[in-house]
Amino acid sequence: MTKRKALDQLMTILLWSATGLIVFLLLAIITYIFVNGYQVLSWSFLTESPRDNMTRGGISTPLIGTLQLVLVSMFFALPVGIATGLYLAEYSKRGRFTSLLRLAIRSLAGVPSVVFGLFGLSLFVILLRFGSSLLSAGLTLGCLALPLIVTASEQAFLAVPQDYRDASYALGASKWQTIWKVVLPSASSTIITGGILSIGRVAGETAPIIFTGAAYFTPSVATSLFDEVMALPYHIMVLATEGTNITLTRPIQYGTVLVLLAFVLGISAIGVIMRARLRQSGR
Amino acid sequence: MKKERTPAIIIMSISSVGIFVMLFILLFLIKEGLPVLKETTLSSIVAGTDWYPTETPPALGMLPLIAGSVAVTLLSSLIALPISLFIAIFISEIASQKMKNILKPILELLGFLPSIILGFLGMVVIAPWLQSRFAILSGLNLLNASILLGFLIIPIVGSLAEEALSAVPREIRNASFALGATRWETISKVVFPAALPGILSACLLGIMRGMGETMVVLMAAGGAALIPISLFDPVRPLTSTIAAEMGETPVGSTHYHALFFAGLILLLITLGINLLSSWIESKRKVKSS
Repeated sequence: MTKRKALDQLMTILLWSATGLIVFLLLAIITYIFVNGYQVLSWSFLTESPRDNMTRGGISTPLIGTLQLVLVSMFFALPVGIATGLYLAEYSKRGRFTSLLRLAIRSLAGVPSVVFGLFGLSLFVILLRFGSSLLSAGLTLGCLALPLIVTASEQAFLAVPQDYRDASYALGASKWQTIWKVVLPSASSTIITGGILSIGRVAGETAPIIFTGAAYFTPSVATSLFDEVMALPYHIMVLATEGTNITLTRPIQYGTVLVLLAFVLGISAIGVIMRARLRQSGR
Repeated sequence: MKKERTPAIIIMSISSVGIFVMLFILLFLIKEGLPVLKETTLSSIVAGTDWYPTETPPALGMLPLIAGSVAVTLLSSLIALPISLFIAIFISEIASQKMKNILKPILELLGFLPSIILGFLGMVVIAPWLQSRFAILSGLNLLNASILLGFLIIPIVGSLAEEALSAVPREIRNASFALGATRWETISKVVFPAALPGILSACLLGIMRGMGETMVVLMAAGGAALIPISLFDPVRPLTSTIAAEMGETPVGSTHYHALFFAGLILLLITLGINLLSSWIESKRKVKSS
């Protein structure tokens, strides 16, 4: 009897410590990056472009590049993803197309990010002749974000109560009018949350953009869709592994890591909190 | 209810984009990867131990790369899966509602940590520590990358396994408690077995994530194309090989096709794990309904 109780207590302690360990490590990572990175953080660090072989100056070009990449990817992934979620939730019947679509979305969600890079290279860069560019890299990231947005928006549509649709049909509205005027507005905040969360995912991705449009260095911000862009994640990799002076630029590396971390975790935290609020108000 | 055809057709055709993207990924990897078989045989690629793709003639043995991928995935799963399940059990079975509301978002935020940042920490924190602690030449190795990969696996497996555990009906737990079982006995003999399909599928998705991760292994695994025999050996998994070499490879060269072939191997492995996991999930749904 006492042995059973002892085992129970031992396991309880183990479960507590595993959870505590991970919370501690996450906080330790954030603190470590903040402590090492905040000294170089200043307004000019964010607004100046890198200079002197990237050993001085700020990170404005990669920062703006990352924002541009996010913009292009969402421009593609949001409409396609929301339409697909809408199809799965509102139109799909049991059939070959629907099961193929579900299989494709599920498979896409598991494709390694570097394989997305190979796909973007052969389709956008070479076959469609977009070259190594903002457009190619953005579209590649958009394909990567697609399954996230599809899943989020399908769930958003499914969460709209059937009564809403029935009431709209009873007033004589057509299926499309019902979707456009009733279902979409009530699902919109959940969909926006899904979009925000996928921005958090896309902004930190490196592997898909290495050979589709990320530049080692560009003197200025991309002004056309066909320019190469610098991006925060790739900038970190370049400075830390192949830069001209890896030890000299260490403070800049920490600063860049801090900015990327703050951006990604900030965006994701907004998404996570928004979603928690929506779920609570829905209940 | 009035029905129109046009919106339905438009929505359906936009949805097919997802199918096309997945199909194109598969087709492009096959189209760009298979030509490497003109230069060399399948067995010499899969079983060859020398990876010197830029020499003439190139040596394209991918066994060290595959071994690197497998080693890093196995070791990181060994580290991360038990911790993930412990966390999942804690959140589902022990934590109060208030703690759940804090822990679940924390676990999810951990999943958003960009892998490049973990790779960077591997270089500047873990590598120097391993180097001085174990008196080894370089801290960029199998162990370093596996520890970091664990961080990427834990949030995935943790949240999915937690969902599987929470889906087990409360009555089953109460019945077990009523028979005098302790909490751990209830968890290990009742709740865990009931949630097993969901937990297995979660673990598989975590393993898949480890297999496909690129930046962490590129920065922290050391990058030598050797079959690892010790925890401190540097490795060069398939993912980091592609990321490191694709940039300098002329389009259409044998090396280029070989890298696409490596991508194809990677895609088939991850796709296989993914489908296995969704098959296990579908079994669960049939059973419970």
